[in-house]
Order: sequence, then C-alpha cells, then structure tokens
Amino acid sequence: MEFVSAFTTAIGMVADVDPALMAIIALSLRVTLSAVFLAALIGLPLGALLAVSRFPGRALLVVAINALMGLPPVVVGLAIYLMLSRSGPLGGLGWLFTPPAMILAQFVLVLPIVVALTRQSLEDLWGEYREHLLSLGQSGWQVVPTLLWEGRFSLATALLAGFGRASAEVGAVLIVGGNIAGYTRTMTTAIALETSKGDLPLALGLGLVLLLLTLVINAAAFGASRIGARFMGA
Amino acid sequence: MSVHGPRTILPLLVENLTYEVDGEKLLGPLSLSVNRAEALAIIGPNGAGKSLLLRLCHGLIAPSGGTIRFASAAGSIAAPKRHAMVFQKPVMLRRSARENLIHACRAVGFSHSESLQRSGSALHRFGLASLADRPARLLSGGEQQRLAIARAAALDPEILFLDEPTAHLDPGATRQIEDMLITLKEQGMTLVFATHDLPQARRLAERVVFIHRGQVEEDNTASAFFAGPRSQSGKAFIAGDLLW
Repeated sequence: MEFVSAFTTAIGMVADVDPALMAIIALSLRVTLSAVFLAALIGLPLGALLAVSRFPGRALLVVAINALMGLPPVVVGLAIYLMLSRSGPLGGLGWLFTPPAMILAQFVLVLPIVVALTRQSLEDLWGEYREHLLSLGQSGWQVVPTLLWEGRFSLATALLAGFGRASAEVGAVLIVGGNIAGYTRTMTTAIALETSKGDLPLALGLGLVLLLLTLVINAAAFGASRIGARFMGA
Repeated sequence: MSVHGPRTILPLLVENLTYEVDGEKLLGPLSLSVNRAEALAIIGPNGAGKSLLLRLCHGLIAPSGGTIRFASAAGSIAAPKRHAMVFQKPVMLRRSARENLIHACRAVGFSHSESLQRSGSALHRFGLASLADRPARLLSGGEQQRLAIARAAALDPEILFLDEPTAHLDPGATRQIEDMLITLKEQGMTLVFATHDLPQARRLAERVVFIHRGQVEEDNTASAFFAGPRSQSGKAFIAGDLLW
C-alpha cells in the first residue's frame, strides 16, 4: 500500500510540474547533454581517425579504448575529485562541487564510449568506401567528414549509448558535485538521497522521468535509423 | 619505382610494372602504353591481374617496381585529377544521386558552384536527370552503375579506368552502360576497361591487351586479336580452354 501511495504521489508531482522536481531535471539534462556534446565534438572525429588510420600499436589503443568503456564511475569521480581539489593540478579552476565538475566527470565516462563505437561503426563504412574515396584522391583526415556524414544514422546510436551512460550515472557526479540541493543535485543523486531518507514519492517521480527520457531518446534514435534505412538506404 | 614520373606524350605509359606480396609476384614485370582517345580492353581469365593492373595505374595500390606515367593533352587539363575509376560494384554514398556527383567534384577540388554545374550537366547528358533527387543507394544496380560512370565523367578525366563495369548487370543495363562508354569515347575520353566479357570487348575496344598469370601475353588490335590471337594462351582463352 505504501508503494501504491508513493507511486500515486510521484505521478502527481510530475503532472503538477513540481518546481523542485523540474530544477533537478533541468540540471541533470544540462550536465548530461553538455557532457555528451563535448564527447561528440572530440570523440566522433577521433573515432573516425582511428577507423581509417593504421599505425604501430593501433590494436593496443583500440583494446585500451574499448576497455575504458567500462570505467568504474566512482574511480573516475575520485580521480577528478583529486585533480579538482585545492591541492590538485586543476584546483585553481575552482570547479569542485559545481556543475562544470560534473560535466567533466561525465565527459570522461562518455568519451571512450563515443570513440569506441564510432571507430567500430566507421571502420565498416571505411571498408565499403575506401577505394572510392581513395580514387578521388582523399585519404587520412580528409575522409573523416565524409565518413561521419555517411555514418550519421549509426552514430546516433553511439551518442545515445553515451547519453545513457551519463544520465544513469550516480557515483562520479556524487563525488565531484557533492549533491548540493538546488545547485548540483541531479536526478540520480536525488533518487539515491531521497530513497535513503525514505521519501519515496520524489525518488519514484524522478525515476519515472528518467525512464521516460530514456524511452523518448531511444525512440528518436530508432526513428532516425529507420528513416535512414527507408530514405537513404543506410 | 615511381608512380608519376616524367612527362610522356602518351596518356599512360607503364614500364616494367611489378606487384609483389610477401615475395610472391602477382603482376609483371609488365609494360604497356595507352594511346589518346582509344578504348583499350584488358582481358584475361579470373585472377590474371586485370583489376590489380587498373588499381595500380589509378594509384590505389603502390607498385613494387616499375613506373606509371601520365601525360596530359596540352591545354586540356580542366580536371584536378587526370584519371578516374569506376568499380565493378558501384559505391554510392548515402545521399541523393546529385549529391553523390557533387561530393566527387568537391573531393577532387572543384569549387561548389562548378561542382553544381558539372553534376547537373553530367546527369542531364546521360539521361539521369529524373533520378537526381533519388537516394543513390535505392536505385537499381544498372542505374547505380550509370550514375557511377556519370560521376566519373563529371570529373572530366582524360583516362577513365573501368573494372568489369557490367559484370553484374542484365543485357539491357549492359547495353545502356556500353552506350555511355561509346559516347565518352566519341567525346575524346581514353577508356581502359577490364572485362572477361569477350563480346563486350569486341563491341567496345579498338585494342586488346590479353593478360595471363600477371603477364601481358598479347597486345593487339581488337580486330586482329578476335580474328586469331597470336599467343597460344590467347587462342585457348577465346576457345574457353584456358585454365589458371
């Protein structure tokens, strides 16, 4: 009965657009989307370059990047905490317990996912287009824009995986953000806190929103790949 | 070893070309020349080295030895690249037919406005204007190959290499491709195509280079070759008796 009551209250909070709930959702989206955007900006070209390059030690680098996809968030949080703390190398930035620190932590977690999935996806595409692009005199970094555009539908999945990793993450943002109410509290850290306090309605409401967001974004990525297949033969 | 050596008056001059992998010689030493505005068929059985020779000439693979030299007709260099290639299986980007042509033109260095103009002109010239806005990868195999040839032609190359351009096509589509090639040749383009389709070589080529086991076994006019090859392997190939 307690669960049913908490669930009903949670739906009510979401439906009433509760200001506290909305502030947490807005910060979560700001942090996660910023991290994914930055990871895309660096990870997509990096993954593409890795897909088309051949150099000694490449296989080792690929294995290392694949392994980094499974980075434990609390370890990343701890490392960034040490770097951003007053005595750390980046202490002068004053980012600790601020949203930029949370963005940095999520960026570090998302970047290997974007690089690895981009590399994998574009390596197949490079096999398909290699001779054609070489015959046009393109090679190395010159083919990167073409490959990124040609792989746009499958790369949406790579970014989605990064978004999923960032939005569901709790350990790293908790350590570097500090879960300060109204400032660095995200959906995941709030869920952890409210559950431990026994405030199930807010935790459930945030959980529902998180699930809904994941569903909407997955549906959008699925739709994009279907549109690609239907209209571009992707 | 040099891929682009000193000038020659011939559009393409290949001398002592070899290609080896792990010490195993796959091609050559092989020499041949291509005359301006001629249609040259490279024929031979599967595995003879036809496709390899075209890829070497086009610069997709670095030779192990020998030289490949290109010359340009004085004052006729409108294209940044002197040669283009069409593959057996057309490679289409995930864009419209027109955008595929524009991409190729931009890639070789034409300005955006010139790329637009060249693409439109090539599509119109080869009767593909109605397909311009269709996604290229959703076109039929024959349409894609016609588009691939139009794309290469839009680059205005002096030499067009074609690797078995009709190998997967039905007779109707083959006929359309051959008509395009005849048009290009009449406009002064040099065509070098690999094929194992002897009737096609007979229809299109003025000269035939017969390759067997990576070596030029015979270099002859098409009429003389098909009337009676000089080489024993050429005779066996025409009779359908030549085994690798």
